[in-house]
Amino acid sequence: MATIERKFTLKVPSSTENLALIREFVTSVGKQALMKDTDISELELAVDEACANVIEHAYGHDISKEVMIRAIFDEMEVRISVIDTGKGFDPNKLKSESIEKLVSQRKSGGLGIRLIKSLMDEVRVEIIPGQKNELHMMKKIRK
Amino acid sequence: MANPFAIQTSFEDGVSIISLEGFVDAHTAPKFENSIQSEIEAGHNRIIVNCEKLNYISSAGLGVFMSFIEEVRERGGDIKICGLVPKVKHTFEILGFQDIFDMLDDQLKAKQRFAAN
Repeated sequence: MATIERKFTLKVPSSTENLALIREFVTSVGKQALMKDTDISELELAVDEACANVIEHAYGHDISKEVMIRAIFDEMEVRISVIDTGKGFDPNKLKSESIEKLVSQRKSGGLGIRLIKSLMDEVRVEIIPGQKNELHMMKKIRK
Repeated sequence: MANPFAIQTSFEDGVSIISLEGFVDAHTAPKFENSIQSEIEAGHNRIIVNCEKLNYISSAGLGVFMSFIEEVRERGGDIKICGLVPKVKHTFEILGFQDIFDMLDDQLKAKQRFAAN
C-alpha cells in the first residue's frame, strides 16, 4: 500500500513574538504524526531555533518579512523546512568550538545550530543567493 | 499568541535568586538577560537561577547563562542553576552545561552550596 504523505504550511511575520505560534504548529504536526512526546519536544526546539535564526539574522527583525514553515510527514519521518528570502547562512560553515571555549570568550553564538544538529536526524541547507534559503530538517518517527 | 513568561528576583542571605517561569525563547530571553545584568550591576555576584517553573528554554536563554558566567566567576561569585524539570534539563545537557555550571536539585541545595564555599 502506498504511503500517504501529509503536508502543512505556516507563514508568519518575522517577529520573535510568533515563536510561540510556530512551536504550537510544530507540536500539533508531531502529535498528528504520532511521535513520542520527547521527540515532539525536540522537534519543537529545533524548529524554534531555525526560525529564531531567520528572524534575528536573515531578516534582522524586519517584521514586514515572512517566515514559512513547511511540514511533511508519513509513517516513517517528519520533514520540516524553514524557508526565508533573507541573508543566507550555511550552518555547516560554522566553526565548531567547544562550549568551554565559547564561555571563556564570552560568546554564545552558534548554540542554536548545535542544538538543531543534535536534535534532528538530518539537516541540510539550500541557498539560492538573493532569492531563497531553505533549511531542511528530518526526524525519524520512533515506534 | 502568548509567550507566557514571568521572572521574579529576590535577595536572601547574600544570594540573588532569579526565578524563571514559563517559556524562555528569543522573545523573552532579553528580560532574563536584563535581570542578571541588574544583579551584577548591584554588586550581587552570587546568583541562583531557580528553574522549577520553567517549561521551556531555547538557545537564546542558554546563551544568557553563558555570556555572564565568566564575569561573575571573575568577581568571585557564581551562577548556580536549580530545579530543572527533565525536559528542560535535557536541553541544558545536550550542550554540555553540566560540565560548566553547578546544577542542583533545588534552591535549598543551591544555597547550601554557596554557604559551603
